[in-house]
Amino acid sequence: MTDKTMTPEEVVGRLRSGMTIGIGGWGSRRKPMALVRALLRSGITDLTIVSYGGPDVGLLAAAGRIRKLVTAFVTLDSIPLEPHFRAARERGAFALTEIDEAMFMWGLHAAANRLPFLPVRAGIGSDVMRVNPGLRTVTSPYEDGEEFVAVPALRMDAALVHLNRADRLGNGQYLGPDPYFDDLFCEAADSAYVCCEQLVETAELTKDAAPQTLLVKRHSVTGVAETPNGAHFTSCAPDYGRDEAFQKLYASTPWPEFAERFLAGPAELDYQSAVRTWHEEQQ
Amino acid sequence: MTDTLTAGRAEYCVVACAEAWRDNGEVLAATMAPVSSFGARLAKRTFSPELLLTDGEAMLVDLDGTTEGWLPYRQHLTMVTGGKRHVMMGASQIDRFGNQNISCVGDWHQPTRQLLGVRGAPVNTLNNPVSYWVPKHSTRVFVERVDMVSGVGYDRAAAAGPSATRFHRIPRVVSNLGVFDFATPDRSMRLASVHPGVTVGQIRQATGFALTIPDDVPYTREPTPAELRLIREVIDPKGLRDREVRP
Repeated sequence: MTDKTMTPEEVVGRLRSGMTIGIGGWGSRRKPMALVRALLRSGITDLTIVSYGGPDVGLLAAAGRIRKLVTAFVTLDSIPLEPHFRAARERGAFALTEIDEAMFMWGLHAAANRLPFLPVRAGIGSDVMRVNPGLRTVTSPYEDGEEFVAVPALRMDAALVHLNRADRLGNGQYLGPDPYFDDLFCEAADSAYVCCEQLVETAELTKDAAPQTLLVKRHSVTGVAETPNGAHFTSCAPDYGRDEAFQKLYASTPWPEFAERFLAGPAELDYQSAVRTWHEEQQ
Repeated sequence: MTDTLTAGRAEYCVVACAEAWRDNGEVLAATMAPVSSFGARLAKRTFSPELLLTDGEAMLVDLDGTTEGWLPYRQHLTMVTGGKRHVMMGASQIDRFGNQNISCVGDWHQPTRQLLGVRGAPVNTLNNPVSYWVPKHSTRVFVERVDMVSGVGYDRAAAAGPSATRFHRIPRVVSNLGVFDFATPDRSMRLASVHPGVTVGQIRQATGFALTIPDDVPYTREPTPAELRLIREVIDPKGLRDREVRP
């Protein structure tokens, strides 16, 4: 069996400028931040990002790495509006495909099912149709004859997700209350990378947890990276909650200053240690 | 002990929000903001005990916090399209036909103010009843034309055809000044009741479009003494309602 473990640097080494990359999690919850930070340390740019957006989008937008964003929202949850995403949008820094949450979900389903589109009762009547002139509708072939939006498949070159635990083969487990859409992201992408709080033996996964926590299956995973605290500063229940104090700092610090202090180091460990130092200073 | 039974403005708002869920049956009362959440809780504690509530994350919870179901985002989106849900959303802008905007202000291509994004407003408005709660009624929110139609209003649904109108319904809009519905021949917004202490003139002045105003506008109903006690002592003992709606 293939051992798929990698470092965050090795994961990013598989990515290229110009790719379409899906990022799992939701808002400021269980985002694969360690991989996003690794992306920031690389020279990779010109990306199409597909995300239920949180600080993953804010960071990549602030750093000028996004050519196009596909999303239904970008939020930090406890801070409703993501300041770096807002600033980038207001200066017209990237193209936007703005679709509804459900349209987004069915786009992932279509990609995972190798379908060109799936019909949804959403979008028509709203300005989602105006700002996405490429969207088409489809008429039910049955007696009802209803018209729906045909949401195109959100096929991606790569997906990045963060889970609580995984084994070396790529089986990933969530232990929090919500799977979000991470398994769909992995199935909708040509390659998928899981970073996790803890790498464990396969048998360990179901020793104390129900089998339905095994969210991501190894056949849809290309690489696994162990990145403790890797979702920081987003939440990763039950391992840790959102680091609200740090998130506030992120949202209120000018980007160059934040990047200089926390993202300039050569590895994830440098980030984690800079965060620790900052917290110590606050006491 | 409560020394007075005179309701404050925020308490009228809670009651007006609660009334949105009257006779809804066994559906999810979904909310986004404190006062509308208090309204849903008041409705469940009094006249609509069958309502379902969430903990704001992935659980369906009873009033005492007991988990009674699992509702992660994926299943929540299914519940939206299944229709067993009545959500009270916010609105950065809303127009006379109930078109709502939470996406951005200004030209969408390069907005002057980027907001949240359309979120689930397009799917919500086409699939399950959607009411709105606006804590600061002003001409900036109640506008002639919204900049980006996120939630679909009556005119836009009608223009989009039967699959848009089939389940489309906007029961009410509640603001800090009054309650509004769309009970007019062209389904445009009508003043349904004014909160005590507010004048019709005030509402007209704070609204950026021509509102239908009936000859006799009733006052928003008084909370009962029992409801006031519930709001003050059980549902919102910390008085968060007065932070969202200035007394």
